[in-house]
Amino acid sequence: MIRGRAWTFGNNVDTDQIIPAKYAIYSLDEKKLGEHAMEGVPGNEDGWSKKISAGDILVAGSNFGCGSSREIAPVAIRGAGVSVVVADSFARIFFRNSINLGFPILQSPQAAEAIKEGDELEIDLDEGVIRNFTQGDEYRCDAFPPFMNELIKMGGLVPWVRERLKERAQASA
Amino acid sequence: MGMTMSEKILARAAGRDSVRPGDLLLAKIDFAMGHDLTIPPAGKIMREQMGAQKVWDVDRVAVVQDHFQPAKDIASAGLGRMTREFAREMGIKWYFEVGQGGICHTVLPERGLVLPGELVVGADSHSCTYGALNNFATGIGSTDLACVMALGELWFRVPESLRFVYHHKLPQWVEAKDLILHVIGTIGVDGARSKAMEHTGDAIAHIDMEGRLTMTNMAIEAGAKNGIIGFDEVTREFLEGRAQRAYTPVDSDPDAEYEKTFEFDAEAIPITLARPMSPDHTAPIDEVAGTRLDQVFIGSCTNSKIGDLRRAAAVLKGRHIAPHVRLIVTPSSAQVAREAEREGLIGIFMDAGAGWTVATCGACLGGHMGVVGAGEVCLSTSNRNFPGRMGDPTAQVYLSNPVVAAASAVAGEIVHPKEVVGRELVYA
Repeated sequence: MIRGRAWTFGNNVDTDQIIPAKYAIYSLDEKKLGEHAMEGVPGNEDGWSKKISAGDILVAGSNFGCGSSREIAPVAIRGAGVSVVVADSFARIFFRNSINLGFPILQSPQAAEAIKEGDELEIDLDEGVIRNFTQGDEYRCDAFPPFMNELIKMGGLVPWVRERLKERAQASA
Repeated sequence: MGMTMSEKILARAAGRDSVRPGDLLLAKIDFAMGHDLTIPPAGKIMREQMGAQKVWDVDRVAVVQDHFQPAKDIASAGLGRMTREFAREMGIKWYFEVGQGGICHTVLPERGLVLPGELVVGADSHSCTYGALNNFATGIGSTDLACVMALGELWFRVPESLRFVYHHKLPQWVEAKDLILHVIGTIGVDGARSKAMEHTGDAIAHIDMEGRLTMTNMAIEAGAKNGIIGFDEVTREFLEGRAQRAYTPVDSDPDAEYEKTFEFDAEAIPITLARPMSPDHTAPIDEVAGTRLDQVFIGSCTNSKIGDLRRAAAVLKGRHIAPHVRLIVTPSSAQVAREAEREGLIGIFMDAGAGWTVATCGACLGGHMGVVGAGEVCLSTSNRNFPGRMGDPTAQVYLSNPVVAAASAVAGEIVHPKEVVGRELVYA
């Protein structure tokens, strides 16, 4: 169960806004990336992550994470302390990257529409339910195919590949 | 039920007779690419976290130094070094050093590394570019690339296909760039989200391979998973003497299913620009003409191949850019630069007052050699203009084709090229 405060964003927030390209030089440093997360969103020039408490929830509109393929986009959001991203919809590479990293994302047009900045939320990832304590409401999330849920539960693509490599080594032994 | 060309490629790569949109597959990769921003994390994840010590096939991976190279600062020198060492230690056959390659999305097609019928992935969002060569090509992240390099396989969701049919022929001054901007302006930056964009129709036959690569390059700007074009005489000629492997073209079945078909009369497409700050914020040139410019950038994987530079040079020959404007010309590959030198184009650019740079992604992603400052107005031939893409988030970036860019540099403001060159473009 995840509990946290909502931070809201609009539609088509692209990866250059999530983490401006100039910070790509920190691609191997999650904490440093986290410090600059969402800084490219107009109005956040002076930093966003310092306002975040660990576990807070990012809520966005449609096509969240469009633009480049940079995996540092979900990494930066995670590095800032965000526990889960809820959006009306995700751009596909951001979606893939999050699942591959085992970083929870939820698609819920209903939640994206209703949640206001500062709302206190509780998320049950297994049930796919978001509870809004501030508004006294509850939203359902779109279900992912079983393979994607399996990847998120395993902790992402890394453990999955380790398993495959092990199977191959056994098969050729 | 028939299949689209995208479905056929995924089915073949997954070892299945047929696939449907929504199917999840594990598919074999024919070619993979990473660059100086994505190889360092991918290499580290592959070796340290996944525990793979070698790449599945050293002949089927390209590593390109292009984004922040030649190194723009000490940190990017570190990324360049990690990229170089990874390629050397893995024995990667297709490694492209600074000065010898250029931008990955120009280098791979020009070296015949991405071929019809293949499943290609690249750790860069514009990897969809390769689909102009009748393959299924898509951008992936660094963990994805680590998986591909370790196993030679990756998971995919079969996309729904959208068909774009272009009738007749593009009119004078209107290029492939204008056409794809017009399409993106029509359907929006999420109009093809996670879907396949298949381009077809009479107009495509008249568009050369460079123009087709410009169109598929920008599939991601509509949110698409891939952009793809059928195999024809233009494809065959382009690959002659170039293809590094034997290949098998694919075509969509007549009864293939499309989620939606869009039809356009190519003859009616105007010169189209994207206004700040989104590629779908498009306008015909009449609506943006007169916008005063600080910088013009002719570069990027979208519009800086040799034909683009020839047309830009034809505008600039014997002319000089406006005193308040700076023009930066960045060729998209070393081969393009060599050819530009041979044809005397570099001299034309320099005489016109332009700065000519080494082949690199450079200013397109606000990396180096043309980053724009607060409040500046830039006209760029690149592919996306989201806030902060080329530098300061308050900079105003417009996107256009290279002829409009060159003419506007001369005028000092966005202008229809005929205002600068007269009735038609005259080549040297």
